Amino acid sequence: MTDITADTTGWSCPVPLRDHPVVVMGHGGGGALSAELTRHLFLPAYGGETLGGLTDSAAVTLGGARLAFSTDSHVVRPLFFPGGSIGDLAVNGTVNDLAMSGAVPAHLSCAFILEEGTELSTVGRVAQALGAAARAADVTVVTGDTKVVDSGHGDGVYVNTAGIGLIPEGVDIRPQRARPGDVVIVSGPIGQHGIAILSVREGLTFGTEVVSDTAPLAGLVRAMLAVTPDLHVLRDPTRGGLATALHEIATASGTGVALDEAAVPVPEAVATACALLGLDPMYVANEGRLVAFVPGEHAEAVLDAMRGHPLGRETAVIGACVAEHPGMVVARTGLGGTRIVDLPLGEQLPRIC
Amino acid sequence: MCLAVPGRVVGIEERDGTPMARVDFGGVVKDVCLAYLPEIGVGEYAIVHVGFAIQRLDEESALATLRLFERIGALDEEFGDSWVRAAAEADGAPGEENR
Amino acid sequence: MKYLDEFQDPALARRLLDDITRTVTRPWALMEVCGGQTHSIIRHGIDQLLPGHIELIHGPGCPVCVTPLEVIDKALEIASRPGVVFCSFGDMLRVPGSDRDLFRVKGDGADVRVVYSPMDALRIAQQAPEREVVFFGVGFETTAPAIAMAARQAKRLGVRNFSLLVSHVRVPPAIEAIMRSPDCRVQAFLAAGHVCSVMGTLEYPALADTHKVPIVVTGFEPLDILEGIRRAVRQLERGEHRVENAYPRAVRPQGNPVALGVLGEVFTTTDRAWRGIGTIADSGWRLADAYRDHDAEHRFEVTGPATEEPTVCRAGEVLQGLIKPHECAAFGTACTPRTPLGATMVSSEGACAAYYLYRRLATPRTEETASID
Repeated sequence: MTDITADTTGWSCPVPLRDHPVVVMGHGGGGALSAELTRHLFLPAYGGETLGGLTDSAAVTLGGARLAFSTDSHVVRPLFFPGGSIGDLAVNGTVNDLAMSGAVPAHLSCAFILEEGTELSTVGRVAQALGAAARAADVTVVTGDTKVVDSGHGDGVYVNTAGIGLIPEGVDIRPQRARPGDVVIVSGPIGQHGIAILSVREGLTFGTEVVSDTAPLAGLVRAMLAVTPDLHVLRDPTRGGLATALHEIATASGTGVALDEAAVPVPEAVATACALLGLDPMYVANEGRLVAFVPGEHAEAVLDAMRGHPLGRETAVIGACVAEHPGMVVARTGLGGTRIVDLPLGEQLPRIC
Repeated sequence: MCLAVPGRVVGIEERDGTPMARVDFGGVVKDVCLAYLPEIGVGEYAIVHVGFAIQRLDEESALATLRLFERIGALDEEFGDSWVRAAAEADGAPGEENR
Repeated sequence: MKYLDEFQDPALARRLLDDITRTVTRPWALMEVCGGQTHSIIRHGIDQLLPGHIELIHGPGCPVCVTPLEVIDKALEIASRPGVVFCSFGDMLRVPGSDRDLFRVKGDGADVRVVYSPMDALRIAQQAPEREVVFFGVGFETTAPAIAMAARQAKRLGVRNFSLLVSHVRVPPAIEAIMRSPDCRVQAFLAAGHVCSVMGTLEYPALADTHKVPIVVTGFEPLDILEGIRRAVRQLERGEHRVENAYPRAVRPQGNPVALGVLGEVFTTTDRAWRGIGTIADSGWRLADAYRDHDAEHRFEVTGPATEEPTVCRAGEVLQGLIKPHECAAFGTACTPRTPLGATMVSSEGACAAYYLYRRLATPRTEETASID
């Protein structure tokens, strides 16, 4: 490995990487710190244009075919949680990133980083879950890799997957295409994955019944595209939750998002756990939901198609894309006031006040 | 400060010499320390902050407050200013109004 | 959730708002003391629904925000020591010390853990007797009993490797300090409901009398806050200054006697510096001498360089409603939610942070980096 020295002269002001000279947890939280790391450190280093924007999957043309290409690493603790495991996440995370560009996911690579001393039966259970999830998502794992790190240098099992899929003719789905007048739709209740993880993670002892929503969304997207290829934006609100996804879309497209908070479906147990911990469900991770920006004229038909799909039964219209307040998400509260839904800095923290 | 939420006590037990409760917050059940509310009973509601029950939630008073809110507009229209009476009723005990 | 959702009802909120609008005849400045109430006000957009005559001044009641720089620096130093497990409530991790925060210390290799309750930290200490486990005990009177119980249990069970870095603050001295300020604009207080759940209301009549200021004990849900405002405005319009309990379901005049007993045993009143405001006499609690063995300040003998707050920050004046946040020279330039100089910019409910966000809405910029004024 060659030494890489970051060239700070290219970093744009005034808050490059904030004031952290070391990596902090927030850099992986999907919020402002993550975005800064990508924008100020990775993009300049790679040559900005080659990355094709900052979406979770890239659309590339190869031999005349338009491919979606994506990768995702999974570092979840615990490895098994209510409703799924790291194996499910590894497949569904990448499959969903591909699906959010309208692609039909086809093939995955799968790389394991194992900690010395981890029970092989644990690795086996993860692999079984991963294989089952791949079959359910209708993708094949075609290549892989395994590395082992010293005991104490990993949380048992880390999994990276990369995937490719074919983008159908006439489909151009990306955050930049959000337009005022688009209807903003979410495919189901939010916050379940993040709360399911929290409920079992050490230090927070919750006996909640919430299970992760982890699921492959390509089938749901296919059903939506069958109505119209003219979907503007699709996004899976994972880390950073719904708020972060909407914020990124607003920023990328230079539009505003007007959110009707009362219309956002939040399961009671999620709301309760959030109330106890001082968390906002809008910032809690999902692994089996999507947000769609759909032109007004197609909204009704798309909604019908989504509600007819098993993963979209509780689809709800949660707001609209507007020309006002570009780059910002403004929620109308249940009482009729408004609040700004800002981009979180890093991970959301439980609060006492 | 002071994020505290009401939950219903569904079970009480002694653990390491400390009274503990299982408290149900709308489906989410959590262990809560009863050291500061030893007299609370199963079925009652407690206000819980960072794992401790800090006060009993008075259900009657909660309902009285809601009834007051329901009547606010109507009272003023009918009787002019009946606020003092209504407020006193919501407080449960008018004597609580310190002065 | 029962007894929570009912107090968020939009139709009843409308009734309360209408009543406030009918009642108010001239401008009034009210202060909600508690950061939890500020959170609720911003979260539900209550401030925008009120008649223009009513100004809400966001008070100093966020324990995270007012924890003095000196204590944060001590926390950072203790957390950095080898062998220490430093436990904290989540919201303290992002509060900046002189040159870094707990996140940064964690990034540098320290064992910093977020816990929900101080009892979780005590459990960690019991399970790892070879480690020094320190809990960062911050908060107002609501949180103090939990911290006190952790100290008491540690002493009772002889958990020698458990200590507490305590920086508790009390509400009544803060109200007193605000009222004593010569330029004070606050005309009525919404007192913090859950503080009173523990402490009761008996400390407040003297304050209301001395300063001729209405004090309404107020809850945290939207209807509770509107009711607190409604009662405060009623009193102001009538020229009254009483203590009222608008949160009777959770507050008794005598508070929680068991908790008060334990607080008296474990803590001793002390002068305390409030970040952005200054030192307020008798406004804090420290561990009593009998608990010296579990006092992290004693155990670790932290002697860092004396820390000073940035002089440019005018958070103290903002907290008292003397200036609007944007009238501070640092606002939006040197001081932003990303790079806070003072208490009021630290948490999203701080007066400056809230103002920062809403000014962005008024003059939309796509880049947060754009200057505000």
